[in-house]
Order: sequence, then structure tokens, then C-alpha cells
Amino acid sequence: MSRIGVFVCHCGENISATVNCEKVAKITGELKGVEFSTDYKYMCSDPGQTLLKEAIKEHKLDGVVVAACSPRMHEPTFRKACAEAGLNPFLCEMSNIREHCSWVHPKDDLTTEKAQDLVRVMVEKVKKNKALNSIKVPVTKTALVIGGGIAGIQAALDIANCGHKVIMVEKQPSIGGHMSQLSETFPTLDCSQCILTPRMVEVAQHPNITLHTYSEVEVVDGFIGNFKVKIRKKSKSLDEHLCTGCGLCTTKCPQKKIPNEFERGLGFRPAIYVPFPQAVPNKPVIDRENCTYYIKGKCKVCEIVCPTKAIRFDQEDEIVEVAVGAIVLATGFDVLQPDFFPEYGYGKYKDVIDGLQFERLASASGPTQGQIRRPSDGKEPKKIVFVACAGSRDPAKGIEYCSKICCMYTAKHAMLYKHKVHDGTPYVFYMDIRAGGKMYEEFVRRTIVEDGTHYVRGRVSTIYEKNGKLIVRGADTLMGGIPIEIEADMVVLATAGVANKGAEELAQTVHVSYDSYKFFAEAHPKLKPVETNTAGIFLAGACQAPKDIPESVAAASGAAVKVAALFSNDELTRDPLVALVNRQPAPVFSTCVGCFLCQSVCPYQAIEREEIKNRNGEVIKTLARVNEGLCQGCGTCVALCRTKAIDIHGYSNQQVYTEIMALLND
Amino acid sequence: MQEFEPKIVAFVCNWCTYAGADLTGTSRIKYSANVKIIRFPCTGRIDFMILMKAFENGADGIIVSGCHPNDCHYSTGNFHARRRWIVFRNLLNFTGIDTERIQFSWVSAAEGFKWADVVNNTVKKIKEIGPYENYKKIAVSTLFNEEGASNE
Repeated sequence: MSRIGVFVCHCGENISATVNCEKVAKITGELKGVEFSTDYKYMCSDPGQTLLKEAIKEHKLDGVVVAACSPRMHEPTFRKACAEAGLNPFLCEMSNIREHCSWVHPKDDLTTEKAQDLVRVMVEKVKKNKALNSIKVPVTKTALVIGGGIAGIQAALDIANCGHKVIMVEKQPSIGGHMSQLSETFPTLDCSQCILTPRMVEVAQHPNITLHTYSEVEVVDGFIGNFKVKIRKKSKSLDEHLCTGCGLCTTKCPQKKIPNEFERGLGFRPAIYVPFPQAVPNKPVIDRENCTYYIKGKCKVCEIVCPTKAIRFDQEDEIVEVAVGAIVLATGFDVLQPDFFPEYGYGKYKDVIDGLQFERLASASGPTQGQIRRPSDGKEPKKIVFVACAGSRDPAKGIEYCSKICCMYTAKHAMLYKHKVHDGTPYVFYMDIRAGGKMYEEFVRRTIVEDGTHYVRGRVSTIYEKNGKLIVRGADTLMGGIPIEIEADMVVLATAGVANKGAEELAQTVHVSYDSYKFFAEAHPKLKPVETNTAGIFLAGACQAPKDIPESVAAASGAAVKVAALFSNDELTRDPLVALVNRQPAPVFSTCVGCFLCQSVCPYQAIEREEIKNRNGEVIKTLARVNEGLCQGCGTCVALCRTKAIDIHGYSNQQVYTEIMALLND
Repeated sequence: MQEFEPKIVAFVCNWCTYAGADLTGTSRIKYSANVKIIRFPCTGRIDFMILMKAFENGADGIIVSGCHPNDCHYSTGNFHARRRWIVFRNLLNFTGIDTERIQFSWVSAAEGFKWADVVNNTVKKIKEIGPYENYKKIAVSTLFNEEGASNE
């Protein structure tokens, strides 16, 4: 006979507003095997947990059901409380009567009845629960940081400075990310390169950091503390040990007309190139798609001129396998391709550019050495229009969110423009100015008041060319929606920040969830902003949502601390909710017939072969055996097993059938 | 006459649909109280004995929902679930089980609205089809004895 305790939480009014908690406690208290039941305003609070612990001791409970919020929220809390009271934590279950009941149904008898049903299910389930011991697994104290932008750099340095090894993987030939493309940064107008490049060098020189550029993560297996990762190091066609980075090859390469990605197409680069002068590592790669040798089979000028004979045309991609204990995703964002807006004429008119292109124009190391020049004819634009929210907050275009950084960088662009073109007139079309942040509002004020930028509240409907001018048509909604037409020399679109190309594939490779915009999903929007739902994988920077530099850096340090905390243990404890193959006395040994279907479906190679031998050492039966350290408890093997020889703790056949019967028979 | 309130059981995976249903709650999107969720680690765990058990105990409808293809927390569990459903659906049809009563769907952790839609649409559909009184007749008459059926 069980002695189960039922604890119904009001969650303030979150549950009790629609569910009659007293009634739920009273009715479920009458169930067979329930020894004690009560309701309390906040079960998760200190007095609530104390109440739970005291009830366990006083009533000698052998099972606990807490009816409250989602187990994804507080299951660890209550299991820990049970353990502190001497009850095995796996004899504690939660009924989700908040997210799955009180918040989604109106206040009526049906809602209370549903809550009772949900509690009854767990009471019956917990009767079948077994006391289990946590599984201990070792921790590999090396972190993998995917992405070498400012977030990845910060995370890698923080982890490395805690004394742990870090492996950084960057897709591009150099680390630095979008920040290395920026001219100056709001709200202080720090030169982006000046504050970033020392950190890039620090990464390259740090004894704890191994850097893999021009590389991508291909396979991630394993689990927290014990990931196995395959990294594809794309061939740079170069022996990096021999190359001194002298750059002679890049100046002699005959192929010089390749649009430069770093300059957002505003400049050109050769086929063997270093993305930008401060690149880390400062060694070239050959872009095989555009290299004359790879296209036509002859050229090899770089090989001829190279003083150290470092060029390797036959070099192949290398696969590096590493073992890591934690992964930080810092893959950043992308800017929306502006051809998204045919009405704004991007691509059609050379002088309609996006914000990142303006950054390059304003950058001292950019294609114009920091002079603001029209891409079409190289003239200085005297009238310039900035269009904020180009794509953002536009449900019609499928992007409902605010990209967050555009208001500030548009204000910065207008200010930089005025600093460089004193007699110029900047206009900004905006929907709202969102300048929440330290010194942000003051910065926007400065742009408007001191630099005389004309802010027009309204959207631009169309841009077209007439007599060499770009006619920008919009409306001023603060003037009663009157139509406005500006004859501009240049237009800058503050395009939305979107998830990186390939974000979805990466999420699927590392097994983290992502939202409908393909940004990686955090475990909890408020309380677990840098964790993912997959233990041991953390988020840093704009791969989660559009973020500015300070926010990205803060998130990266947050993720780094989570990794450092994880690495402070030599062993981790894992939930023992794993599969097991039944064992029976000889001569049966097990109902397992050794078909090994389970082995073929197991994604973790956790099924091993066990040979049963007789006293002469002859194999008389081969059985499946689960390696508890590898099993992650998905249960696919259980569903497949023909003889039901394999079962899973926590979701066993018996438990599941009991739940179904309890749910449907009141 | 009192309106028919179907009993619907939802078998969902912990990582996508359970979290998606949590999001439905957090977003305060209302849906019908007829559906009650039983949590599984993965749709790959849900074998068809579990569905049969639900019908046997009086369920009028079943929802099975997990991560979208490629998004499985365990890499491949939902593919096994999908393949099993394709194979098993034919067998169920053959044996006379009403597969209209089984709703198979993918709801991610970010799709709170979709979960409410799946629930409401399933409840609406099952209300139209009516209570599953035939199940016991089929099960009992074909598997056990003719008398069992007439006693229903």
C-alpha cells in the first residue's frame, strides 16, 4: 500500500484563479494510496518546500505528486526538496496544472475536473515509480565555441581565462565577425577595429585556445560533458606553417575582380586573399570557385611568387575530431538581403545601399578610406535618406519583430555622415525611435539636435530614379500623413537583422531548438537566457535574437560562466531515466531474443552485445545490454522491441499504461 | 441533450510539443479542456500498443505530436514515429480501427498557437464523428467472442 502525498500549488493566483485548488486537494486526497494532500499558495517558495519536506517525514510518504507548473520549470526544485527530506527524488512527479490547465481554460468546473484528472494520472504513475540513483559521468573540460565574432571571442577568452581549453571554429577565413566590418560603434563612437582587433589577436595567441578558421562543424554526437564533434577544416590551399603572411601572392594574383564580401560588394578582391588587413590569422586562402587554376587548370602565379613555397593546390579538406564537454553557439546574425524590397530599388539603383555597406563607406579602412561617396559615380552625396525598419516590424514581409539595433545605427550613420559631409542634409524615416540603453537616447538626441538630422516619422512607400536623383516617397504621419518627396543623392536601408544562413542546419546538427525566425531558442526567456534546452549547449550573442555589441558581450560572458561552472565538477550527475534490458533467472536469462533491432535504431550507439556463457565458456545466448553512460533515454528502442524485453525508467510500459488508464477511467 | 464531450489523449514528446504546449499556456491562448497530455521523452517511444490502450480505455480521439522532421532532440526518434505511423495506419484501417480519430502532427517548442489549433481542430473533428462506441464492439467481437459485443 502506497503512502503518497499530493501538494497542490495555487501559484499565487495563476492556478487558483481558474482552478479550485482546495477541491483538487480534497478530491485527490481521497484516492487510494494517497496518505496526505494539501494545497498551498506557493509550493516552490521556501515555506512551501518546507511544508513538503515536513509532510514527507511526518507521514512517511513513499511518493510525492506536486500539482503546479510545468515540470520543465520546477521538477528539479521539487525533486531536490524530496531528496533533502530523505525521499528518492525519482519518486516525485509533477502534474502540470498551470501551463496545461489553468492558463488555457476558463474558470469553470471542467477546468477543475481536468486538474483532478491530471493529478490522478500522476498519483497512479508515481505508484509505479522506482527509486533510482543518478548516473555519474565524467566531464571533458574543453569547450567548443562555434562562431568567431565578438560574442564567440568574448566567450572563448572568458572560458580560456578560467583555465579551460577552448576550441574555436569559424566559418570565414578570419575571426572578427560583423563587428570587424563596422566603422564606429554607438553610443561612444569607438572605432570598431580599435576595440576588436586586440581581442582577435588575444584569441590567436592564447595558450588555451585552438583556433580553426575556414572550418565548419559537421557532426555533434554525445551529451553534456561528453560531446564528440567532427570539424571540417576546409582546404585553404596553403601550408599555414610555411606561410609568413607576406601577402605577395595576393598582389600578384591575376584574378582581381571578385566582389569583396567583407566590403559588401563595394570593392574587389583577388582569388587568393586575406579578407581584411587586420585578419586573424593573417594568412590568405584560395577561393577555389574563382581561382583561374581551379577553373582553367593553369596559372599558379601565387605558387611561383611565394617565397616560402607554401601554396598547396592539392590540399584536401581535413576532418578534425575533438571531444568537448560544452558547446557555445555564437554564430551571429545576417542582414536581410535588401532585394527583399523591390519597391526600394536595391540592386537596380547603385546608390541604394544597406546599412552594412554604409559602415564600409564610413570606415577608414573601407573602399573609400572613410569618405562618403556614392557607389555609382564616386560623388559626395549632399542629401541622404536613411530608411529605418527596412523589413523589421513588418508582418506583411514576414518579420514581425524589432531588429533592435537599427534605430541606433541609423542615428550613428546620420551623425557620421554629418561629421564627414558638413554641408550635407540627412533625413531619417522612422516608425518609432527605440533607444533604450545606457547613453542611447542621449545619442539620438545629439544626432537630431546637434547634427541637425531631419527625422520624419513615416514609412517610405517607393524609391525611383529621376534625372540622376533618387526620389524617395513617403508620408509624414506627425503632419497628418501628408505625402513627402525627397530628392536624395543616396539612400541607406536599415535592413532587418535575420538569422544566419545555415542556422537551421546547425541547430539540427547540434540538436538545439529554434524559433519560427530560425533564431536559436533559449531554455527560458527570462531566467535561462543563455542556456538551450539541450544540456551543455549555450548561446551567446545575436544567434539567439538581434542584439547589439554590449548585449552580445554580456550574453557571451554569461554563457562562459555557465561553461566554467560546468567544468568546476569532475563528474556530472545525470537523470537515470535510461533504458534497460530485463534479466531473468537461468535458463531464460532475459526475454531478449538478441534480434538487435534496438541497436539499429539507437542514435547513441548505447546498445551493446552481452554474451551469456555456460561453465565451459561456450556462448549460449547473446543479449542486448544498455550502456547507461551513453543512453539518453529517448525510448525508441522500447517502442521497437518485439518481446518487450527492453524498457525505460520513468516512461516504462507499466507506467505509461497506468497513466492512460488513470486518465480515462475516473 | 447534453453536448458530447470527447475524451482525447495527447501523447507528446518532452522537447518540442510539451514545451510548445507550455508556451500556449505562457501565452494564455485558450483551448478546449477535452485534451489531456501524457508526456513522453520522444515520439519514437510511442508504440501503437499505447494508442490501442487509450482506445481500449475509452478515448474518443488521440493526438500524437512531436518535433518537426530533422528537429528531433534525439536526432531520429520522430522519423521512427513517422515511419511507424505510415505502416501502422494501413494495419489499423484493415482491422477496422477508425484512423480518423488519430491526429498526427508536428508542433515545435515555439509553436504555442499551433498547439491550440491542433487541439481545437481535433476536438471539433471528434465532436463531429461522435463517441467511439464501435471500438469495443470491434475489439471484443473480433478478438474474443460474439456475446461480448452484444452485451455492449
